[in-house]
Amino acid sequence: MAQQSATPAATTAAPPSATPAGGTPVPLASIPPASAYAPPGAFPPEPLGFYTDTSVCIGCKACEVACKNWNGLSSRNGGVNTLSGDSYDNTRRLDGQHWRHVKFIEQFSEDRTNGRWLMMSDVCKHCVQAGCLEVCPTGAIMRTEYDTVVIQADVCNGCRDCIGACPFGVIDINPVNNTAMKCTLCYDRLHRGMEPACAQACPTASIQFGPIAELKQRAQARLEQLKSQPRPESRPEPRLYGADESFLGGLNAFYLLDDEPEVYGLPNHPALPSQHLPANVGLAAVGAVGVGLLGLLGLRKRRMDEFAAEARAEQISDRGATDPGMTLGSDEEAPHA
Amino acid sequence: MRLGRGAATTYPGSLVHSDAILIEGSNMAECHPVAFRWVMQAKLRQPNPATIMHADPRFTRTTAMADIHAPIRAGTDIAFLGGIINHVLNSKRWYDEPFFQEYVKTYTNAATLINPDFKDTEDLEGVFSGLGPYKEGKWGLNGFIGQYVSKTWQYAGTAVGEAGRSAATAQSGEQGVQSGQPGAAQQPVSGKPPYDDLVKSLVPPPATTDPTLQNPMSVFQLLKKHYSRYTPEMVANITGCPQDQFVRVADTMLNNSGPDKTSAICYAVGWTQHTYGPQMIGTAALLQLLLGNMGRPGGGIVALRGHATIQGSTDVPTLYHSIHGYMAAPSILKNHETVADYLKTETLATGYWANTPKFFVSYLKSVYGDAATADNDWGYAWHPRITGDHSHMPMMIAMAEGRVKGMFAVGQNPAVGGQNAGFQRKALANLDWLVVKDNFETETASFWYRSPEIQNGELSPESIKTEVFFFPSAQVGEMEGTFTNTQRLIKFHHKAADPPGDARSDMWFTYHLGKRLKQLYAGSKEPRDQGFLNMTWDYEPDPEEVANWRIKDEPSALKVIREINGFVTGKPDQHLAGFAALKADGSTTCASWIYSGMYPKPGIENLRAASRNPAPKTAKLNGKELTGAELSWGFAWPANRRALYNRASAKPDGTPWSEAKAWVWWDPNMPDPTTGKPGQWTGLDVPDFALAKAPSAKAKPGATGLDALSGTDPFIMKADGKGWLFAASGLVDGPFPTHYEPIESPAPNLLYPKQQSSPVLKRWDIDGNPRAQPADPQFPYVLTTYRLTEHHLSGVMSRWLPWLAELQPELFAEISPELAAEKGVGNTEYVRISTPRGQIVAKALVTRRMQPLTVNGKTLHHVGLPWHFGYQGVVTGDVTNNLALMVGDPNVTIHEGKAFVCNLEKA
Repeated sequence: MAQQSATPAATTAAPPSATPAGGTPVPLASIPPASAYAPPGAFPPEPLGFYTDTSVCIGCKACEVACKNWNGLSSRNGGVNTLSGDSYDNTRRLDGQHWRHVKFIEQFSEDRTNGRWLMMSDVCKHCVQAGCLEVCPTGAIMRTEYDTVVIQADVCNGCRDCIGACPFGVIDINPVNNTAMKCTLCYDRLHRGMEPACAQACPTASIQFGPIAELKQRAQARLEQLKSQPRPESRPEPRLYGADESFLGGLNAFYLLDDEPEVYGLPNHPALPSQHLPANVGLAAVGAVGVGLLGLLGLRKRRMDEFAAEARAEQISDRGATDPGMTLGSDEEAPHA
Repeated sequence: MRLGRGAATTYPGSLVHSDAILIEGSNMAECHPVAFRWVMQAKLRQPNPATIMHADPRFTRTTAMADIHAPIRAGTDIAFLGGIINHVLNSKRWYDEPFFQEYVKTYTNAATLINPDFKDTEDLEGVFSGLGPYKEGKWGLNGFIGQYVSKTWQYAGTAVGEAGRSAATAQSGEQGVQSGQPGAAQQPVSGKPPYDDLVKSLVPPPATTDPTLQNPMSVFQLLKKHYSRYTPEMVANITGCPQDQFVRVADTMLNNSGPDKTSAICYAVGWTQHTYGPQMIGTAALLQLLLGNMGRPGGGIVALRGHATIQGSTDVPTLYHSIHGYMAAPSILKNHETVADYLKTETLATGYWANTPKFFVSYLKSVYGDAATADNDWGYAWHPRITGDHSHMPMMIAMAEGRVKGMFAVGQNPAVGGQNAGFQRKALANLDWLVVKDNFETETASFWYRSPEIQNGELSPESIKTEVFFFPSAQVGEMEGTFTNTQRLIKFHHKAADPPGDARSDMWFTYHLGKRLKQLYAGSKEPRDQGFLNMTWDYEPDPEEVANWRIKDEPSALKVIREINGFVTGKPDQHLAGFAALKADGSTTCASWIYSGMYPKPGIENLRAASRNPAPKTAKLNGKELTGAELSWGFAWPANRRALYNRASAKPDGTPWSEAKAWVWWDPNMPDPTTGKPGQWTGLDVPDFALAKAPSAKAKPGATGLDALSGTDPFIMKADGKGWLFAASGLVDGPFPTHYEPIESPAPNLLYPKQQSSPVLKRWDIDGNPRAQPADPQFPYVLTTYRLTEHHLSGVMSRWLPWLAELQPELFAEISPELAAEKGVGNTEYVRISTPRGQIVAKALVTRRMQPLTVNGKTLHHVGLPWHFGYQGVVTGDVTNNLALMVGDPNVTIHEGKAFVCNLEKA
C-alpha cells in the first residue's frame, strides 16, 4: 500500500492500557510494542492532512465509529435514534458529537439505466485560512505545528462564533460539555507518531493521511486515472476539491469528488467571513457582527431546545417497552440545558 | 466438491492481481468491508485497473463501487452463471486461444468418459438418472423429498469416489452408501494398521478419456449439452437481467481470462442460502475451470465466510456431520462398524485422501490418548455416531416435538437468527433447560418473558417449564485463542485484560463443564459412559500462563493448539512439523490434520499462527525479482499455502503461463531439500503439489496416493487429480448445477417446466411451517434478507453498542418507488410484510436502488429486509426471520433465506 510510506504508524494498534479495569497488569512482553511498527515520537512539523478519495468510499462508517471511539464521543441518546429515510445516513450531519460523517447521495434515472450511489466521509477541512480561527474571541482555536486547526475545549467559552464562521457547517456545540467541538485530526495521536483513527480504520484507503504535498501528488494521479476511464456524457468530470489555493488558501482535508461540489453538499466557493467585509470598517462591523451574533445565539438556543425535546420524545417512544436498567449509563449523554 | 477442499481457493489479497472481479451472491463491500479493500486496490491499480462487476437483486454499497451492475432476481444465479458458461462455450475466443484448450484438457476432467447409462436433465426433463424415493431412517427428520442413486454418475468403467463422503460436502449420515468403490478389485485385506493393504485394495481402474473431447459421453460434450439452452434470452427471461447487461458480464469474464489475465469470483451466503446453494458455488467453480482461472494469482473463487471464524468452526468443526479436517463423522447409516470399515468406506485410494488412515488414527489418539490402542481399535467403539441430520433445523423440530431436553446456545441467538423464528422460540419452551452464554441477555435468553409469543399471549412465563441459565461471556481481547478467517488463515490473538466479574471464555466454560461431568461419571461401569471417561481432557494452564491474571483456572490455549497441531505420541514436546509426519500406527497424535504445521515447536515464539511479519515471499524468474504471498503473516492451512491448486498457475510443462501471472513454477535446477536431486517446484507461494514431482512425471498404474497422479494433475485432493467439470461424487443433487426455482417462487421454471424446484431438497411439512405454492397470488413479491455493515448477524455484537446502534437504528424494508406508489406507501411510513409463517412491521425505505425486474414478461418486485433486529438491546425491531421458511438444501441443510415470497401492505 502506498499509504504506508507516508504513515509509518499505519499498522500500529491502539496503545495497550497498562492497567485494565480489573487492576491487573497486562503482560506486555508477548505483545509487540508500537515501536516495532513505527519509530516513536511525533511526525515532523509539516502540513499534514487528509486526502479523501470518494470514489472508493464504501460508506461503511468505520471512520465515524473509530473517531467516536478514540475521542470518547457519545452517541446521541445512547444510540437510540429514528430512521432518517435519507438513504443510509442516520447520523445526518457533522456536529459537536459527530466529527466524521458519511454522506450518501443516491442518483438514479427513472429507468435505472443511469444510476449511482455516491458516498463521502465528511470531516473538518482544516482550512489554511480558517474562518473559525479568525473569529474565535478567546483564542481557543489554534493552528498546530502540523498546520491543522484544533479547538481547545478548556479555553472555549461556548460563544458559538465559530459555528457561523465555518463555511462548511462543521462545528457545533457538544451538549456533553457545552463547548464547540470538531475534528482535531487526532492531534494527540500525531504526537505519538500514529495516524488519525479514521484513516487507520478506513478499509479501502478512501481516507488517506499524510504530508499534504505527497497527498496532492497521489490525488492528481488518481484524478488522471479516473478522467481516462469511460464515463456517461451527461456526467460532470471528476475533480479535486480544496487541493489547490483557489479558496481558503487550500484545504488540509481535501477531496476527490465524482461530481460538482454541490452534489455532495459542499459550497462551490467557500469564503472567510472577513472577505465579506469592506476594508477598515472597524468597530461598526464588530457591532454588526455582535448584533447578528445575538440573533444567531437565539436561533441556536431555540434549535437546541427543539432538539432536546425531540430527543426526549424519541427516548420515551422508543424505549417504551425497554427496561430502563438496560440503558448504558456511561454512554448516556447529559440532558440538554 | 469440484476442486477438493471446502474453502476459498485463494485469499482476498490476491484480488489485487485480478483483471476482472465478479461479485455475486455477496454484498462484499457491506458484509466484508476489510476484504473489500483488495477489490478497491485492484480498482485503484495504475495502469490497467480491474473491472468490477456485481450481480445482485439490489443496488448496494458493493454495486456503488462496481463498473457493471447486473440486476438479477434472487435465487436465479445458476441460470445466470450457466448462461455465462454457454456464452463461453459458444465464443470464438475460447476455441481460438490455445490457453483455454490446454488448461481444460490437461487440468480438468473434460476428456473423461462418463458411465453410458448416465442421463442428463436435458434427457429427463429436469432430473438426472437415478432418482428415486427417499427411505427415512430412525431419526425421522432428515426431510429429503427424494434421493439419487449416483451409480450412473460415475466415470465409465470405474468410480472415483463414493457419494456421501463428507470430506466433499455433507450428508454423510443420511443416505446409506456402499462400502468400498465400485470397480475396485475386491480382495481380502487384513484391516490392521497401518492399513496400507486396505488402501491398496481400494484402487479403482483408471478412467477412460477422449482427448479430442468429441465423444458424446465425454464430460465436455455432456457439459455443452447441459447448458445449451441457457441462452441470453433464457437468462433474461428467468433472471430479469437485461440481455445486454448479462452479455457485458459474460464478455468481461471471458476477455479478462487467459494466459496473461485472470478473473476472480467472490461469493458469500447469497449463494449458500438456497435449496441448491452448493450447486450455485459449483457453477462458479465450473466456470472458473473453463476459463482457466483456478490456482492462478487474481483468479479462483473467494468464499467470503462469516466473521470471525466460521472457516475455523468448520475446520475444527461445530458441524454434526464431520469430525476434524473434513473427515466424515462416524454414522450408523454407513458401514462404520470398525476402524477398518470406516476407512474402507471413507478412504479415496488415489490422491491425497489416501492418507485418511493416518489422519483418522491420529485423530482417535487425540481423543482417547493412551486408552486408544491397536488392540481396542483405537477406542473407536466409544466414539459417538450420528443417526441422521442433526443440524440446526431438524434439531429445533425435534425440540418442538419434545425429543430434545436441553440446549446450549453459545454465541448463537436462534430466537432472532433462526428460520421461522417464531416456531423456534416456541420450541425453546419445550426444553427442560437452556443455557445461553453470550455477551448480553439475548432474545434467546429472554424468550420466556419478552418474546412476541409472550406479548400476544401464545406463551406465558408461568406455562413455560424451561429453566434458563445465563452465563456472561468474555470478549476476544479477554482470552487467548485463534481465528481462522476467510482465506483459511489462522491467526492467534493475545489476552489483553481479564474479563469482568463472572464473564468467562467459551474455552473456560467447555473445559470446566467437561471436568465436572467427568467427575460426575467417575466410576461408572455403563458402556455408554466409557468414551467420556476415557477422553483426554487436560488443558491445565502452566503457572506462568496465568501468573499475571486474576482468573487462574483459564485453560491453556497453547495446549489445545498443540493437540490440534499434533505431536509424537507420549512426547508432547515433540510437535509435528506438518501432516506429512502423520502415521497410522498410533505413534502420532493429531486432532486436525489440516492444521498440522501451525505450531511446529513448543513456545509461543514458534507458533506460526501468531507471527506478524508482513514481508512477502520473493523469487527470481528470468532474472527478475517478483513478490508474492505474505507467508509469515499467520498460518494458512494446508501447509501455509495461500492460493490453492497453484500447480495450475504453471503450464503443463512447469513454466509460468505468462510473466504477468507467474506464481508457482518448476525449477529444473533447484535441488530438492530432502533428496538433493535437482528439480523442484518453487515460486511466490507454498506449492500445492508434491515438491519434487517433475511436470513430466507419469501416474503409476495401480499406485495409491499421489503416486497415482501425474506431474500435470494439480487437484491433489481429487482421486484423479483433475478439476471436476462433472462432479461424479460428493453431491447428492446432481453432477452438473441445474437451474431450479426456490421452493417459494413467483415464477415457473422456464428451463424445466416439469421440475419446478430441486427434486431432492429437504422440507418439513409440519404444523407451524406452512409454505406458499409456486406463483401464489397472495404472496407476489420476492423477499430477500441480508445484513448491513453497521450491524452483525442477530445484533448481539452491535445493537447493544450505542455507536453502532445509532448508525442503523430501526428495521426497514427496502422497496422501489414503483412498489411504494402501488401500495400508497411513503418513505419511512410503516409497512406490514407477511408470509405464510407470520407478519412483521417495518419502516419503508423507498429507494430507486430497488429496481422492478421483468421476469417472464411480468413486472416483479423485490422486498429487502435486514435481519438484525430483535426485542432486546439498545435498538429493537421486529424479527425478520419470523417470516422465513424451514427448508433445506439436500447437501448441507442450509435454509433458503435469500429468496422466498411475501406480501407487503401499508401498516
